[in-house]
Amino acid sequence: MNMQPQSDPQVLTTRDGTPLKVSLAKALRREKLRSLALIAPLLIFILVTFAAPIADMLFRSVENGIVENTLPKTVNALSDWDVTSSQLPGEPVYKALYEDLKVATEEKTHTRLGSRLNYEASGMSSLFRKTGRRIKRMDEAGPFAEQFIDIDKDWGDLATWRLLKRYAPKYTPGYFLNAADAQLTADGIAMKPANERIYLLLFARTLFLSLTITLCCLLLGYPIAFLLASLPLRSANLLMILVLLPFWTSLLVRTSAWKVLLQQEGVINDFLVWIGVIGDASRLVMINNKTGTIIAMTHILLPFMILPLFSVMKTISPTYVRAAKSLGATDWTAFWRVYFPQTVPGIGAGAILVFILAIGYYITPELVGGTDGIFISNRIAYHISSSLNWGLAAALGVILLGAVLLLFYVYDKIVGIDNVKLG
Amino acid sequence: MTESRGASVRYENVQKSYDGETLVVKNLNLDIPPGEFLTMLGPSGSGKTTCLMMLAGFEPATHGEIFLNDRPINNVPPHKRGIGMVFQNYALFPHMSVAENLAFPLQVRGMGKAEQEEKVTRALEMVELGSFGSRRPAQLSGGQQQRVAVARALVFEPELVLMDEPLGALDKQLREQMQYEIKHIHENIGVSIVYVTHDQTEALTMSDRVAVFNDGIIQQLSEPDQLYENPQNSFVAQFIGENNKLSGTVVAVDGGTCDVKLDDGTMLKAEAVNIGHVGSRTTISLRPERVEFDTNERMDNLIPGEIREMIYLGDHIRVRMKVAGNDEFIVKVRNRGEKRDLRAGQTVEIGWATGDCKALDPVA
Ligand SMILES: Nc1ncnc2c1ncn2[C@@H]1O[C@H](COP(=O)(O)OP(=O)(O)OP(=O)(O)O)[C@@H](O)[C@H]1O
Ligand SMILES: [Mg+2]
Repeated sequence: MNMQPQSDPQVLTTRDGTPLKVSLAKALRREKLRSLALIAPLLIFILVTFAAPIADMLFRSVENGIVENTLPKTVNALSDWDVTSSQLPGEPVYKALYEDLKVATEEKTHTRLGSRLNYEASGMSSLFRKTGRRIKRMDEAGPFAEQFIDIDKDWGDLATWRLLKRYAPKYTPGYFLNAADAQLTADGIAMKPANERIYLLLFARTLFLSLTITLCCLLLGYPIAFLLASLPLRSANLLMILVLLPFWTSLLVRTSAWKVLLQQEGVINDFLVWIGVIGDASRLVMINNKTGTIIAMTHILLPFMILPLFSVMKTISPTYVRAAKSLGATDWTAFWRVYFPQTVPGIGAGAILVFILAIGYYITPELVGGTDGIFISNRIAYHISSSLNWGLAAALGVILLGAVLLLFYVYDKIVGIDNVKLG
Repeated sequence: MTESRGASVRYENVQKSYDGETLVVKNLNLDIPPGEFLTMLGPSGSGKTTCLMMLAGFEPATHGEIFLNDRPINNVPPHKRGIGMVFQNYALFPHMSVAENLAFPLQVRGMGKAEQEEKVTRALEMVELGSFGSRRPAQLSGGQQQRVAVARALVFEPELVLMDEPLGALDKQLREQMQYEIKHIHENIGVSIVYVTHDQTEALTMSDRVAVFNDGIIQQLSEPDQLYENPQNSFVAQFIGENNKLSGTVVAVDGGTCDVKLDDGTMLKAEAVNIGHVGSRTTISLRPERVEFDTNERMDNLIPGEIREMIYLGDHIRVRMKVAGNDEFIVKVRNRGEKRDLRAGQTVEIGWATGDCKALDPVA
């Protein structure tokens, strides 16, 4: 039994006397270092270009240093002032404000602060701009309160000061509240007036449309994948190329093609009018609305449903269906009770893939979605590039990310992630 | 054996082509009486599975008609044929438990829950897997899966069960045990079984009759012993058991026997089984265990051979010889314990009776 004559039986050693465990660990460590070195470039690349920017962006959704940075003395002076009091802050606060704004105007940071606070209450931007213009002409001896109220009576308004005080802390839930159509008022958190709510609706629509698109992809993709899996190899390859064709054309070209097809003077409407299904006056509106988004995105995301379905179906031996039939099952029963349950992992994989791609899709809804077919991502893009309200964009992004993760979790509980097969 | 409740099957002039160019099954005529265990045996690609699939209804016959209990079934869809089937890879539904697998054929027949359960339990007991009902197929060993597959094919009490190489994936020992069990089940419930295999031992030990397939044609249909003792042509002689081939020309035919002149000039007397007229080519087939070194006068054929190689196998010794120009001539000598002075390089006389060598159709 004992094949190691020269080692004592307690501690196994290699021939040169090092304990076996140590030298094994050494060998494994080398192995690990090697694999680490192999993935290091990609890891660093991902950290720098993906993880770090995302972390930074997510941080912006709560970060609110701008008030304290621009008006440090004011914020300090305000700390003694009670938000709920019906008294305006005292003269020292106005003095601090004067000193802060003098510096800020020189550095031209006061307009930035104005825009920031304008997200929370309109009028703040112009207030700061106006004050910034007049600050040089103010009397350095004071009294400051009157001078400020002279410049703009908003400085004598309790609401202005309450806003400043509320947004003085370094971190704020304001962006998130905004993203959920709520706001911070003197009496705590409250929903915005009904006519100003947009994000909850957008989130709901994004979810609903993504689910619809996923369902459409499944309904259209399942039969194709089934056909692909049952065809002989040669014809299957040809069909597979057709399925993949959309991947090889530019996204913009495809989306524009849908515009040509779907618009009211477009090919499909013309054809329907020509064959007399619809009247010339009642041409269908299929683009620049939800319908357009659903059609175009289903087309674009279809391969992501077909491929996982196909790879799962490919592994299901046709003898299962034969066995079911030999046991007395009709074609339908054999499909539904025997074949379909075995494709569920593929459906799961395809659905997750399509849903996650859809929920964050941006370019297609932007091009064919009109106003009622756009997604939350379009709003995020708007805040990133047009309104420059990055904090709100970040908050919307965090909520979207959270929603996806939550759905993932629910999905894992119901279907089980390890039931998912991508190939 | 209880009274037979098996079905009869008849293939009539059945032909099958997949591509319209070659016939995979060429004019098959086969009659299977109720309760028979018939095995289709043949090399790979000989059309066995195709014949089975046509009977099960998964492949249409290109020509001809198949009858089940004298009823033509060409236009009956598979699920209405009521034929049980065991597939080579078992085809147990992976997403159902063993009990659900067994209940499936009963469910689709609309059987009541209580009756289903009773039948499933009985079927599981029949294959000695009583406590495995709640397991998934993946949690069973190969042999257990095989038994479940057999139970599933029998649970709805079909009159005919088809098995396509059901033991192909099992190791030798398990295969032998399962052969016995399947045979046992067949004897107990008396269904007709059509069994496909390319393992001749399996075919010989299990079947009532064996149909040897080659090239889409039944080469011989007979009881297992007849197949070995009286092969009807060279293919069967070669395919079943071990066989020595000697080719020559027929020089005289005398009733049941004939004289054959081998290619090196040796004259032999053989049983005339499958030969043409005088002067035609023939192949002599001779089993290695029928050749004797202790020759005697009752043997009509006595010829010299040179020993090339001796292989000791315990119960017998295989001797490879050069006989009549054939280098691969094998003789099996039973190990009787006596010292015999045989060694490679010797030339000795060997002999056999006329009835032990068959003159069959020539092979190239
Ligand atoms: N679906 C098919 N399409 C085309 N040709 C086929 C098909 N199935 C079988 N064949 C051909 O028919 C011939 C007989 O096949 P079959 O499966 O009946 O052989 P077999 O006797 O069962 O062989 P094996 O012992 O290998 O299972 C083979 O040459 C095979 O290539
Ligand atoms: Mg086969």
